[in-house]
Order: sequence, then C-alpha cells, then structure tokens
Amino acid sequence: MLRVIIRRLLWFIPVFFVVTGLTFVTMHALPGGPFDSDKTPPALIQQMEEVFGLNRPVPEQYLIWLANVMQLKFGPSLSARGKPVEGFLLPGLAVSAQLGLFALLFALAVGVPAGITAAMHRGSWRDRSATLVAIIGVSVPAIVLGPVLQYIFALRLGWLPVAQWASLGEGLMPYLSHIILPAVTLGAGLSAIIARLTRASMLSVLGEDYIRTAHAKGLARRTVTVRHALRNALIPVVTYLGPLAAAVLTGSLVVEQIFAIPGMGRYFVTSISARDYPMVMAVVVLYALIIVGVNLLVDILYTVIDPRIGHGN
Amino acid sequence: MATSTQSVVTPLSLRSPRSLLQDVLARLLKDPLVVLCVLYLAALVVVAINPTTFAPLSYETTSFPDKLAPPGAYATSDKLAGFRYVLGADRLGRDILSRLIYGTRISIAVAFLGAGISFLIGVTYGLVAGYSRARIDNVMMRIVDIIYAYPTLILIILLQVFLTSLAQQPAENLNALQRSLVTLDTRSGGLFFVFVAIGAVSWLNMARLTRGQTLHYREQEFVQAAHLVGANDRRIMGRHLLPNIIGTCIVAETLAIPAYIYTEAFLSFIGLGVQPPMPSWGSMIADGYGALRSAPHVIFFPALALSLTMLAFNFLGDAIRDAMDPKLRNR
Repeated sequence: MLRVIIRRLLWFIPVFFVVTGLTFVTMHALPGGPFDSDKTPPALIQQMEEVFGLNRPVPEQYLIWLANVMQLKFGPSLSARGKPVEGFLLPGLAVSAQLGLFALLFALAVGVPAGITAAMHRGSWRDRSATLVAIIGVSVPAIVLGPVLQYIFALRLGWLPVAQWASLGEGLMPYLSHIILPAVTLGAGLSAIIARLTRASMLSVLGEDYIRTAHAKGLARRTVTVRHALRNALIPVVTYLGPLAAAVLTGSLVVEQIFAIPGMGRYFVTSISARDYPMVMAVVVLYALIIVGVNLLVDILYTVIDPRIGHGN
Repeated sequence: MATSTQSVVTPLSLRSPRSLLQDVLARLLKDPLVVLCVLYLAALVVVAINPTTFAPLSYETTSFPDKLAPPGAYATSDKLAGFRYVLGADRLGRDILSRLIYGTRISIAVAFLGAGISFLIGVTYGLVAGYSRARIDNVMMRIVDIIYAYPTLILIILLQVFLTSLAQQPAENLNALQRSLVTLDTRSGGLFFVFVAIGAVSWLNMARLTRGQTLHYREQEFVQAAHLVGANDRRIMGRHLLPNIIGTCIVAETLAIPAYIYTEAFLSFIGLGVQPPMPSWGSMIADGYGALRSAPHVIFFPALALSLTMLAFNFLGDAIRDAMDPKLRNR
C-alpha cells in the first residue's frame, strides 16, 4: 500500500515538469504581454518587465519560477498590482471546493440509489424511467441546465436567488439557498453517469453465485442487497470518482461563470487573456495537484472497500 | 458465432446465419426511438450541409426595431416587410431560426470532424503502442498519462487562446505554415482552430482503449499465424488487428460525440469558440442568457437544439453498444 502511494507521489514529478513546462512555453509564445494597453508608455512597460524579470530569456524565467515554487512562492499577480497570486487563488479554491463537494454529494445521493433501484427492478417501469432520465441527464449540459434552473426557481418562482454566492458566515440558510442551484447544475450530469454505472455494476454483481448463496442461507433481501451486493457493486463507482472529481473541477469553471460564483475557475480564463503568467501557472499547478491527489485518494479508498486489492503486489 | 451450435441444441431458434453487422442493424432498426434519432440526425446533417436553402434569412441580417421579437411576430421594418420571425429575434433583431440553422453546421461539423480527428489519431497511436515492444509502448503510454493529468478543458482553452491570437496577428509576422493555418481558420469562420483544439486532446481515451484491445488480440493464434506466413507488422496491424478492434472503437467514439458538441458550445459560450457574427448554438445561448428575464425564448431554442442533439447522439451510441453486445444476441 505504502509503495503504491510513494509511486503515485513520484509520478507527480514528471507530470509537474511537463504540465508546467508546456504551459510556460505556450503562455510566453502568446503574442502580447501583461502590461499592454493603449495608454502605457513603452518606457514604463520596459521598466515593469525588468521589475518582474520578463525581459530575461524564457528558460531562465522558468528556472526562476521553479526555484520560487520550491519555496511555495507562486509570485505576484501581474494584472493585480503585484499582489501575491495565492491571495486570489486560495479563497477562490475554498469556494470552488465547497461547490464541488456539494455537487459530488448531490450526484452520489441521487445516482447511487437510482442505479440500485433500476438494477433491483430490472426491466420494470422504474428501471426504464431511471435509464431514460439518466440519458437525458447526461444530454442536458450545464450551459443549458443552469439558465433553465435559474429561470424556473429564481425568476419565475422566486424561491432562490438567481446567482451570486453567500459564505457560511452569512448564515446557514443564505449559504444553502445560494449553493443549491449551482451544485445541482454541476452534479446533475454526474449523477446520471453514476446511476448508469451503479446499475450496470449492480446487475453484474447480482448475477454472481455468492448472491444466490446469501439468498439460499435465508438472509433478508435487504441484507443481501446492502451487505453483499452493494459493497462489491460500488467498486467501479469508486474507481470513477477520480475522473469524476476532474469533471467537477473543469465543470465548475462553467457553473461558476453562469452563477457568478467567485471560485477559482474565473481566474483561469481571465489570467490567460491578461497574460498574467504567474496566475496561469499557479492555477495549472493547483489543478494538476488536485487531480493527482484525488487519484491517490481513490487508490486508498479502493483498498478500504475491497481488501483483496491491497494484499496483492 | 454460437448460432450453429445453438440451433442444434434448440431447434426453436433455428435461423439462417447472419453477419454481426446485419444482426446489429436489424436490432437497431427494430427500436422506433433509434429510428427517430437517426432521422433527426440525418435531417440535421442535410440542414448543416446546405443552410442557405433552409434558412429564411442570413445569419447576420439585423433589424434593430425587431430586437427580442417574440416567436411568430412579423417584422416591422420596410426592408423585411411581411417577414415572420417563426422563433423570434435576438437582441440585435436577427432571425433566431436562421441563426439556429447556420449553427447546426458548427455542431454537426464538430461532431463528425472532432470524432474523425480523435479516432484517427487515437486508434493509430493506440495500435502502434499496443503492438510495439515493451519500451516503446511504455514511453507512448506515459506520454498519454501525462497529458491526462492536464485538465482537458484548460488545455483546450489554452490552445484556443494561442490559436486565435495567431489569427489576430498581422500576416507578415507569421511563417508560411502559420499563415496557411490562419487562412484555413478564417475561411471556416474560426471553426478550424476549435477542431484542432478539441481533436488534439480528445484522442487520449481512444488511444488507451485501442491499446488495451490490441494487447488482447496481439497474442492470439491468428496473429501468430499471420507472422508465420510472413506478413509484416504493417499488414498485421492493418489487416488482422484493426478489423477486430474497430467495432469497439466506433462505439466508444459515438459515445464521445456529445462531449465534442458540448465542448464547442461551451467554448463559444465563453467567447473562445467561433468568431461572431458566425452563430453557434453555444454563442446563441450566451446571447440569450443576457435576456433570460425579458425574453426567455432567445435562449430556449438554441438550448433545446443543443440538448436534443446531444440526446440523440447519446441515445444512438447506447443503442449501438447494446446492439453489438454479443451477450444480448438472440434475445
């Protein structure tokens, strides 16, 4: 187990260099610079570039950046008067993480029971309607679902706020009422995927001999379903949590845009067009870290659910 | 497959042997929903190939007095006297139906070309990796793993910003290759770079799938037999491995099409996709989003078109996968 974790962590090193190097080169290959605007005099631009070290060759800049990152300094944001990048990203990350967590919870809370119900009543109207809803769920994208939910629940019914964000400090009700629509928008497609996955894996598990044995020795249907079938059926679902978390991350970019949420997604698009190099780099590193981290977590979760996996090589 | 043996055991299922393709087609066409999806998508393709025939107006004809006209309203200006906005007009007074029809072109093109590019690169890459000896395979797949750690949407956005900034450069700053790329892009209304960006990142899954399949078939007897009779590597890959793999890959690719359509729509939604005034369903949704309160019909129709199209592809992909599943044969 420890070896798996260590190998995973070591794997992050090449990923880190390729991802950051690629981004660095691409960003600096983009025409235009961070201080371009009609009013700034060229002399001032030159001075600014000197201050931030942008006049040096790109490989040298990359090495300087690397050295700083080793000390966990991601540098000053070029478009925001030189304030450190972390000051923007960390609050944004906190918001995005809350949104992502709620979306994941929603997706699991809807998807897993729906998948189980469909599998238990295979071929019945419940199965068919769950399958139909799931396929519609994956087909309605966030840029459609978001506005539709806003229109129905915020504009027409007036039950929930249209957009914006309320932190937990503003009270539980405002917090929940602001997060529910974006979380549902983000989680809907995922819940559909989870439902299909759960159904398929549940069906294959229910056909196994040990399920028949469990039934034969007189266990309650409920016990068999939950203790014997579900536990095994959830393994593929857990495996899928890695890609799922990545989908939540990139998906939240869209949802944050629609619901005007101050997450970290907005920094990405704006920082690229503003040529805010340190900001772009920090965002990319953060995303890569999260993806690698989640995959590691999934590997660990794996052995908890299925002890057989951990005892192998 | 098992048809002949089964017909001996149970005479009831006796039937003339059919090829897998015939079987799949027969099973697909039995489902009315599948037929509906196929008809809908075929109609979209026809419209996409020839939008000028179907669109009542050009996608850039503006008529400011008619801005946000509701569906069914008549045009007020003399220039368009008697014209009826069947689906209403957007905030610049452009006919939504016409723009929807021109937007079909983008989504359908992304669906087929995006799938084509990803299929071509992914299958070739996966086939070569899976067939090669350990070291080349290892290196090739590690490359895939690394790109995988890069969030796809971010890579697409980065590429798209890079490519569109190329297009905005004065022509004399570019070399010959860049210039021809930019020409291709402007001719296609900014569409070409969207394809490149989407295609460049979406082949990873296909490569992994193909490699897995190749590894499975590589060790089988018919490949050894081909080696024995002196077939070279290219022939084995092309004539022996590929035909066995390609069905699975086509199904996977069909199931990936909605993602391409959505990626383009999203890029256009945030303003990084096709360049205005060229309409895309994504940019139309972004347009309509601003008028969500006062004129919800502006966002409704492109949103509906996008969802229906993704639904049709999803449904069709699912149906093809089920129809090709040998376990469900003879059902």
